Amino acid sequence: MPSLIDLNLEGQQVQRHRPWPRTVIDSAVWGFATRQLAERRWSLLSLWGEPAMVHMALFDSRSAEIGVVSLECPDKHFPSVAAHHPPAQRLERSIQDLFGLVADGATDSRPWLDHGQWGVRAPQGEAVAITAPEPPYPFLKVEGEGVHQAAVGPVHAGIIEPGHFRFSVSGETVVRLEQRLGYVHKGTEALMIGADPIRAARLAGRVSGDSTVAYGFAFARAVEAASDLAVPPRAVWLRALCAELERLANHLGDIGGICNDAAFALLLAHFGALREIVLRAAATAFGHRLMRDVIVPGGIARDIDDAGKAAIRAALATIRRQFPELVELYDDTASLQDRTVSTGVLKPELAAQYCAGGFVGRASGRGFDTRRTLAYPPYQDLRFEVPVLQQGDVNARIWIRIREVEQSLSLIDQILDQLPRGPLLAPLPVQGQGEGVALVEGFRGDVLVWLRLRDGVIARCHLRDPSWFQWPLLEAAIEGNIVADFPLCNKSFNCSYSGVDL
Amino acid sequence: MRKLLFKSLFRAPLSEAAPTLADAEVQELATRVGGAARRRLGRSLAIREVDAGSCNGCELEIHALSNPYYDVERFGIRFVASPRHADVLLVTGPVTKNMREALLRTYEAVPGPKWVVALGDCALDGGCFKDSYAVAGGVSAVLPVDLHIPGCPPPPLDILRGLLALLDRVAVGTARAPG
Ligand code: SF4
Repeated sequence: MPSLIDLNLEGQQVQRHRPWPRTVIDSAVWGFATRQLAERRWSLLSLWGEPAMVHMALFDSRSAEIGVVSLECPDKHFPSVAAHHPPAQRLERSIQDLFGLVADGATDSRPWLDHGQWGVRAPQGEAVAITAPEPPYPFLKVEGEGVHQAAVGPVHAGIIEPGHFRFSVSGETVVRLEQRLGYVHKGTEALMIGADPIRAARLAGRVSGDSTVAYGFAFARAVEAASDLAVPPRAVWLRALCAELERLANHLGDIGGICNDAAFALLLAHFGALREIVLRAAATAFGHRLMRDVIVPGGIARDIDDAGKAAIRAALATIRRQFPELVELYDDTASLQDRTVSTGVLKPELAAQYCAGGFVGRASGRGFDTRRTLAYPPYQDLRFEVPVLQQGDVNARIWIRIREVEQSLSLIDQILDQLPRGPLLAPLPVQGQGEGVALVEGFRGDVLVWLRLRDGVIARCHLRDPSWFQWPLLEAAIEGNIVADFPLCNKSFNCSYSGVDL
Repeated sequence: MRKLLFKSLFRAPLSEAAPTLADAEVQELATRVGGAARRRLGRSLAIREVDAGSCNGCELEIHALSNPYYDVERFGIRFVASPRHADVLLVTGPVTKNMREALLRTYEAVPGPKWVVALGDCALDGGCFKDSYAVAGGVSAVLPVDLHIPGCPPPPLDILRGLLALLDRVAVGTARAPG
């Protein structure tokens, strides 16, 4: 069976692409890679464009290797990946919208991010001004007796991000859910071009508010890989501390939020208070509740002092005291379990095909965790378990979060105990050159950042949220459930809008 | 569950004292508050929140307002599901071009008198997204803004302070000299 290494021999390897290789290949090899994806030998980590090139990041789970392959497309066409491997679909549609590159043979060529409002087409490629109004977006048709449609959004009834959901319903049962996103597209990747790594890092930290640490972390690692820079050990450990605090805060908030969507508000109140305790400790330790802009390329912008450590230890003690009781309450409340058990089932095959990251994948049998599988520092020196369940329902996604809360508590303890002393920042090379790729485990899964540094500024940066591969799975998981269970399913996935609209 | 509820009876409440208002915030408010509004509102605010392009960081802190520590409902501040029930539109994010129309339509659905509060650094002028082809600008590029609460994201206490200032202003109405 071919491995990713063999693929590199088929093309021209790019110099200074770290830590995994990038190879420029021809369309025949591109087609071969696509077939490997379709046959599930490799998994797709991401697909992104440039004005005259497409790139694909691949993962070989047997050898835990990553490879990036690139195809030049001077005539603005490339062979569709999605035609054989559906997880690529939305990424491909975005490439078409942003760069004007056409995926030949694509099964769905409707626009995705482009709602006809920008005044230009292909804004990041050869931009063309548009003057005529765009035709309305054609939703997929669902036919059958008694099937009707319910349209929800982009402005929802709650305080959540904007997106449009088109439910086709028969009686109470959802026959099909079709998502339409792109409402919060801010052109972040375009804004990064020409920015120095420090300014670009601020943009990366604003891709998705709840994962600001994860993005800061992944972006910094990609810059450091590109410029072959070693980060001081203290910064490495503090980064992991921030990452685990972020995971903890988000999981606590989400568990409460899911229970609230099952009309069990008591747990929302309790978990909300625990989340608040974590955010306050983070503010004491790092000066910002969400720890935004704390991780910077080269290291970390802020050191922790004794008061910060004490605040975190105190928060951990409170959570350790209260969390088990709350979990017990969740587990003992039949009315709540009635809503979560066997609701919104995501089958393991689909989770594997879509490379579902985070708790979504791990609740459906996919044991991938970047912290373990790719073991970036300092995680290779830390003890933790990666919980995996098979059921794939709302309940399983809650339980994975519960287990991950316990793991994060232990990880934070270990980090505080072993925190090395020393400097916080390594200076970035002024005229940084090279390309770097990094994967970091955010709370909802693996965040991928790929970038190219030229003369010390960003020449191109691609940020891929785990939600790219989770949103379509939500469409699959909701099928056959009742409309009233949608909020519950949706919250248990908690996909990012801003992270994929970018 | 009974055990938990029972315990909560004896535990000290988590809520904290209300923040004091900074004059600057009160003064930043517009003066379009008449007697009719005062009668209608009676020291309560119904808020419809709209994410017009946020990174969701601002939303996280708005959510925190409802946790037991801040518990905004005790001040008569409620988040409502429909713009038809709202007095205030609380808008976050740089307004993306893809959200402009939805924001406008939501604003039009709010019955007058109404106020617009822009929340977060992005909502002021687009923040670090301001030069993008996909961004229309801050909230005031699309709607008349009465109050801006700065921060990225503003912590819950700052949001609360801003909203209380608005409530204060509405309650006092035109009696107070405009800032
Ligand atoms: S102000 Fe900050 S937190 Fe709020 S939407 Fe903008 S980037 Fe996000």
